[in-house]
Amino acid sequence: MTKKYILKNGKLIDPKSNRNEVVDILIVDGMIEKISKKISSTKNETEVDLKNKIIAPGFMDMHVHLREPGFEYKETIATGTLSAAHGGFTSVCCMPNTNPAIDSESTLKFIESQSKKCNNGIVDVYSIAAVTKSRSGKGLSPIGELVKAGAVAFTDDGSPVQSAEVMRRALEYVSMFDLPIIQHCEDLDLARGGVMNEGLNSTKLGLPGIPRVAEEINIARDLILAEYTNAKYHVAHISTEKAVELIRDAKKKKIKATCEVTPHHFVMTDDAVLGFDTNTKMNPPLREKKDVAAMIEGLRDGTIDVIATDHAPHSYDEKQLDFLSAPFGIVGLETAIGLTITELLATKILTIEQIIEKFSVNPRRILNREINISEGERANFTFLDLENKWKVEISKFHSKSKNSPFDGKILTGRSIGIFNNGVLFLS
Amino acid sequence: MSLKRKHLLGLEGVSKEEIFEIFEAAQSMKEILQRPIKKVPTLQGVTIANLFFENSTRTRLSFDLAARRLSADVINFTSSGSSISKGETLKDTARNIEAMKIDAVVVRHHASGVPKFLSEVLKSNIINAGDGAHEHPTQGLLDIFTLKEKFGEIKGLRVCLIGDIAHSRVARSNIEGLKTLGAEISICGPATLLPREIESLGVKIFYNLDEALKNADAINVLRIQQERMESERFPTLREYQHLFGITNERLTKLNKKIIVLHPGPINRDVEISADVADGEHSLILDQVENGVAIRMAVLFLICTNKQN
Repeated sequence: MTKKYILKNGKLIDPKSNRNEVVDILIVDGMIEKISKKISSTKNETEVDLKNKIIAPGFMDMHVHLREPGFEYKETIATGTLSAAHGGFTSVCCMPNTNPAIDSESTLKFIESQSKKCNNGIVDVYSIAAVTKSRSGKGLSPIGELVKAGAVAFTDDGSPVQSAEVMRRALEYVSMFDLPIIQHCEDLDLARGGVMNEGLNSTKLGLPGIPRVAEEINIARDLILAEYTNAKYHVAHISTEKAVELIRDAKKKKIKATCEVTPHHFVMTDDAVLGFDTNTKMNPPLREKKDVAAMIEGLRDGTIDVIATDHAPHSYDEKQLDFLSAPFGIVGLETAIGLTITELLATKILTIEQIIEKFSVNPRRILNREINISEGERANFTFLDLENKWKVEISKFHSKSKNSPFDGKILTGRSIGIFNNGVLFLS
Repeated sequence: MSLKRKHLLGLEGVSKEEIFEIFEAAQSMKEILQRPIKKVPTLQGVTIANLFFENSTRTRLSFDLAARRLSADVINFTSSGSSISKGETLKDTARNIEAMKIDAVVVRHHASGVPKFLSEVLKSNIINAGDGAHEHPTQGLLDIFTLKEKFGEIKGLRVCLIGDIAHSRVARSNIEGLKTLGAEISICGPATLLPREIESLGVKIFYNLDEALKNADAINVLRIQQERMESERFPTLREYQHLFGITNERLTKLNKKIIVLHPGPINRDVEISADVADGEHSLILDQVENGVAIRMAVLFLICTNKQN
């Protein structure tokens, strides 16, 4: 049976087609049938009243740890995608640090088939596969086979490729498929043993520091290699002032470099670590005021293309440890857009168009998963309420894990639902 | 008389008044320790657990003795031979011990922040006996108490901490406590063993030992903690001793009386020569003696705080 929806009175904002107007949208069997000022209902359609709400092209979080297979006690594809749907994401890209790592067609296909079974398949899950076998840093994974199976990018994520030679060959090889290599930039020699930003606060707390140079040196080296190989290169979760400068300069030189920042890196500083709260332990670590300012400037001037969460679920017991022993990372899917609207839109640092670019248009372009909003195209939308004031309550998270430093924070703005793959989801 | 705090996690944030209150109590405790019967019933019925997840001789004995001198019941726990090696988490271990009706926990751990963590998951009073490179508040207190006995006044006193500052919790507690009492603090050591932005804590940095000594009334010589170094921080012990070792020869050149402290254990003839450690400048054994008094004072003030 045909399923019809009418989205009524929503403000469609699509930076790609320069659209910003209040419209009705008729969706038939998951496809956009009609976009018009006014579409009359025939009572065969499910109506969704979006008055004073925003309709945006479906959001994509290009940095998510779904933990399945291997770490289902932290998160599963079902709970992770439900969390994504509540956060307003119609697509997530999962990182390969699963067990086994996503370095074979079978693991990738398993994730794909799981994701289609969960939550009516409303959230598209794309795999970012390992660039080296078992993320070991040695020996390329079967990249061609993985591309064919649907991998959208390659990375060893938390175990960054340390060898310049391996990185060079990886960039060259992956460039054949016009896909990017994503690097979690960290020189492991310089960062060894570190658990927070190296600076006054690590000195005060007596905790081993991760110096900013560990990130910057890795970025600088990779940018030189990316220029040399003319390959696409994307820096995951940048966190330092100089990292932004390096990428800004690279873009001026037309190096094919892009980058992302997480909400926590443009919202928090390492002052938050002073109480030893393990929910402030992440990698890269929270940095300092000047770095937060640089993230914001980078977002504003376009140096930073993407806002991604680095959603990193860990179980309650794992975070109930001393700071040194606790694992890195926080969950982010359900707070990302709220934090962004609160910190960047309300403060007039970014326009809503820029925010939509960083949550949808840019990550989709970087990973070749673009969507168009016009008649005849698949309906893939995120619905936003920019005015809604709400309180973050970790106990209400849909993610299996609750490790977030934002519990109790009052945010303005959130996603109220998504539409994708013919399914309407209202949170 | 009681401190207005439930725990002693560090000297950061501890007020001048609180420090002086501890010193005053320590003075009384010192008198008790001079008596033929060195024991009072003050903490009778109070049970204190010493949880030492890291090797320690002097601090553990000192806390143990301090508690016994006050008639508290003491249980001692060291990580070897415990359930830690069976994979039990720190939280479980601590809660299990607490379930045996413990009033206060004295904790030593290699990870910074463990006492703070325990203060959040336990109901007991927590006293930090050294956590990672963070703080060792009773050591800081006893060092400053020893200086106060010698000099009468800490305000304006020039104190230099020498050596491995990066790995030293003693350094941080000394800096916090001395700063609160108005001392002029400097540090001296290899650049590779000074933590980043330490100057923002209000300390002056010297790389030249003789200059540092010239500018100090007292020095606190820190142990080289090679076991904690992830990478090589100086070429050889010989070179370290040459550049930063405290020797009688160096001190004699100063033509002034300078006071030497060392929190122990000493690497003799590495950071400090034997003749200095045992010589006229040294107050090292006074520190140990004062350590028991300071810990008695802290246990007394914390455990008798009725607001707990």
